[in-house]
Amino acid sequence: MKEEDEVKTKSSTMKEKKLTRFWEWAISAIIFRLILIFFFPDHLSQLASRPEVSTPVTSLRRLAEGYWLKKQASISPYAGSMYHGSPLLLSVLGPLTVTDVDGQSSHILCSLLFVIADFVAALLLRATGQKLQSAYFQSSNSLGLDKILGASEIYASGDISALFYLWNPLTILTCVGSSTSPIENFLVILSIYGACTRLVPLAAVGWVLATHLSLYPAVLGIPVILLLGYGPDSPPKKLFLQKNSVETADHSSDSRLHHVKQGTDSAISSFSWKPIVLFILWASAWSIYILALCGISVRQNGGLQEMFKRTYGFILTVEDLSPNIGVLWYFFAEVFDFFRNFFLLVIHFNILFMILPLAIRMKHRPCFLAFVYVAICSMLKTYPSVADSALCLGLFGLFINQLLDMHFSFVLFCGYVGVNLLSPVMHNLWIWRGTGNANFYYATAIAYAALQIILVVDSASAMLNHDRWLRKLTTTITKT
Amino acid sequence: MAESKSIISFLTVCCFILPTLLFAAIEEEPHKEEFNEELLLKPLPDRKVLAHFHFDSKAFSSSSNGGYHLHLFPKAIYQLVHKFHIKEMELSFTQGRWNYERWGGFDPVSSSNAKPPGVELWAVFDAPPSQVDALWKNLTHTLSGLFCASINFLESSTTYSAPDWGFRASSGNLRYGSLPREAVCTENLTPWLKLLPCRDKAGLAELMDRPSIYRGFYHSQRLHLVSSGFGSDRVDSKIELEQTLTVVLQPTTLRWAKSYTPGSGMQPNWSISTVFGRKINKKCVLAKSSNLYLQLDRGLVSELKNKGTDSDSATAESSITNPLFELSSTPQKVIREVDNLKDEESSILYMFDIDKFADAKPFDLAFSWKLPVVWTCSKAPLLANRFLMGSGNERGAIVISLKSVGHRPSLVGTGASEDRCKLHINVFQVVPWYVKVYYHTLRIYIDGQVQSAANVTRKMRVSPSEDKVSSGVLELALTLPCSMKSAALSLDFDKGFLHIDEYPPDANQGFDIPSALISFPDFHSSLNFAEDSSVSPILSRLQKRSPALAYTEVLLVPLTTPDFSMPYNVITITCTVFALYFGSLLNVLRRRADEEERLLEERGKYIITCLLSGITNM
Repeated sequence: MKEEDEVKTKSSTMKEKKLTRFWEWAISAIIFRLILIFFFPDHLSQLASRPEVSTPVTSLRRLAEGYWLKKQASISPYAGSMYHGSPLLLSVLGPLTVTDVDGQSSHILCSLLFVIADFVAALLLRATGQKLQSAYFQSSNSLGLDKILGASEIYASGDISALFYLWNPLTILTCVGSSTSPIENFLVILSIYGACTRLVPLAAVGWVLATHLSLYPAVLGIPVILLLGYGPDSPPKKLFLQKNSVETADHSSDSRLHHVKQGTDSAISSFSWKPIVLFILWASAWSIYILALCGISVRQNGGLQEMFKRTYGFILTVEDLSPNIGVLWYFFAEVFDFFRNFFLLVIHFNILFMILPLAIRMKHRPCFLAFVYVAICSMLKTYPSVADSALCLGLFGLFINQLLDMHFSFVLFCGYVGVNLLSPVMHNLWIWRGTGNANFYYATAIAYAALQIILVVDSASAMLNHDRWLRKLTTTITKT
Repeated sequence: MAESKSIISFLTVCCFILPTLLFAAIEEEPHKEEFNEELLLKPLPDRKVLAHFHFDSKAFSSSSNGGYHLHLFPKAIYQLVHKFHIKEMELSFTQGRWNYERWGGFDPVSSSNAKPPGVELWAVFDAPPSQVDALWKNLTHTLSGLFCASINFLESSTTYSAPDWGFRASSGNLRYGSLPREAVCTENLTPWLKLLPCRDKAGLAELMDRPSIYRGFYHSQRLHLVSSGFGSDRVDSKIELEQTLTVVLQPTTLRWAKSYTPGSGMQPNWSISTVFGRKINKKCVLAKSSNLYLQLDRGLVSELKNKGTDSDSATAESSITNPLFELSSTPQKVIREVDNLKDEESSILYMFDIDKFADAKPFDLAFSWKLPVVWTCSKAPLLANRFLMGSGNERGAIVISLKSVGHRPSLVGTGASEDRCKLHINVFQVVPWYVKVYYHTLRIYIDGQVQSAANVTRKMRVSPSEDKVSSGVLELALTLPCSMKSAALSLDFDKGFLHIDEYPPDANQGFDIPSALISFPDFHSSLNFAEDSSVSPILSRLQKRSPALAYTEVLLVPLTTPDFSMPYNVITITCTVFALYFGSLLNVLRRRADEEERLLEERGKYIITCLLSGITNM
């Protein structure tokens, strides 16, 4: 659909496909959301309790309960097992969730906030995409690939990913479905954008807040540091070195050119420590600030220790076994109590074990690394929702040029459509009609997990292949 | 030899004489222990008969004997009170539901003996708050053993709660728990009877023919303990044990069934032998008093007045002369309720002393109606019902509906001015943790209109449930206008999902939400008698002022079940998916293309040759 709206415009060196009416499409996505919010409030309140949209961590209904407990009953919002989010979110969003006497909840303000968060996140994605694009051009220029690549078409990945994020049905569901995940997604994108543009305080605040809200973005610290250190995605460092060595051999007499080349290459690939030190300083400053704010707001209710227990502890120990689109709820509902701790470790180490190999292999492409981490987290998260998928697919759009030759893109597309249609049906059969059983729903969850695995593995392999292809090109260029 | 013989004879003399001496010494103290047995019979408007057995044991202990020598008072209970520092305790086993609409909800018998189905236990401990939970846990186990019931399930913190003021006034030492699904049967009655000095071998307890009393519509056996003076010094301590059995029975005799036509309104004639299938042979000789009472409701007495030409005929000593019914024996005494409200009818109690009546032959009291009569019992100001809303297994709502019964304004209690008449009620609701209540969704409707909570609630205490740790408690004090017809409270909830081990054996049956308790603090159900109440414990019990209470229905919530047969499949399939992820991703990261591999091999070879050359050079 979007391809139809694309027209080719000539870039300076390469052909770049640009979306013409970007703003029109973006605005229309926002208007579509507003129409949904203002004209179908009853349907949306039904949506708010769907397991696909709201998890025990992100549910706005639970937030309203926490706020009520804090304000009306004047006890800890964490009393009872209802609220598991941040106390800051409670004080920001809580007043917006108060219902009036008629019982009609006025979630419209909240929804507007989520729409804004979505829109800003899309704009940040676009800016990130443009940054990545220019870095791509720069690196291919310095590798001398511009002439070869010029023949092929380059998509404006920023526009595509922003529009894909805005028009993705999953994002729309998340946005209008009263869960706090649009804010979490926005913060993740903010931190990646900040790191891409080397705005260290922005990257730090995004990362710290996202980690504070949902814990899993903590692993994004590594790609953010790599981004700040190496700059945006570029082909492997080896290629530049290889090219340099060939060129020094060829143009040893021309010392002037050699000197210039050397200079540009070192600027591209050297690891700079200064922004990282700054990032660490900023991140620690922000986390101290946020912890202090949290400490003030939970002072009367058991302090920070209670807060960590109720938020991170709840996320890590899978206490709530209500169905969601992941597989872990059913796993922990069925697994023998004796092995529970063992499997908890296994699940969480599955995330942690993959961090290092991925970081080593893809250190030259930190943005893509961030995407892979996000995808892995959205699969292995204890309370996943479609919002995680929405974020992951939004980031996926950034690498559309590099990932064009993915093997299973058609399978993935069909799988996503199929699972997203089948999963509510199975849920309905099991929970509402009582004609199906839990295994029906579990089967769709397994299919969904398998799809995400395919997405992660296939995109990682496509990216590595892309690097190989670049290497092949450079070697042919240098040989000729 | 002779010497030893004399010693033995002396010892035997001692053995025989000393106990008799001791026994005589105890006999001299008449107030040491006391046991009374009483039975209250009451015809109910819907052709049923209420029988309320009331056994009352008291033990006064003083420091002289250390309090350990008990004759009448059950030793098990005495030890229980001592060991667990119980100040007050009530345990009830109930089957069936008290029909507040037909059997009345505003008289002392119903407000203290209408209990929620299953087991209900509450106890007030005379101990510091930190020890109360431990004492409660031990108490549940002891009671479980004592009464052959699964009271030990109340040990878990998910099943009991610590109400603050909604159940009754307490100072942190009260624990309340109930098991709505506990089946009550003879195995619970037998240990209960064992606590009586005559068991069911003599006295009123002899009437408890198991098939008859378990055939009834309502069956509630209750044990209420009050102790005082155990805390500091044992100089003047006292335990009162009150055991009651309340049954509602249908006196259907064959002859009555034949003559019965639905529209006639004729009540069945009954006698003790047709209701219980037994007669009273003799009193329990250990009982201080053994009485039988027949109570006529206020409504019935007013009917009696209307039907009878002479209004005083009902109160006349010879009740045989009254136009409505006939008693086979002339009561020993007629006790009229002395009511301070003039327009109220007062109920009547006929008293029969078993000792006198069951002297020569077994006593059987027959009650036969002469005319059809229709009357109603006095009801609590509001009829409470509770139900579930919503379908499916994801969420729902609990609704407590309160309907006004159109009470007379004179019933409205203290402090009720005529123009702005207010009705105070307390709602006490315990919700198990797997029913996740959103307390912010509490809505109060009065005559169908949503009211803002601030206008209606006087006081509110919420302690939300914590998953697998504690159950949620809602205590709510409401002020409702007297003019309202109906009120409703609704609370939304999500249904929880449990681990497969946490489901009971028959998981698809559903889970029970214990009864809510609606109490009317301004309405005190008590009967005032001119008679000296100290004569009979049941009379003093009837005279005691206690707020009217109403328990709602137990709710059955179906919860979603996982597939119980699949743990291995789920573990293996899920682990396969994770292995797929881990393996394939690692494989992608590790894989090298041809030239890369060659490069690596060359590098490896280079390193090896370097190493080898290094070694050879050495």
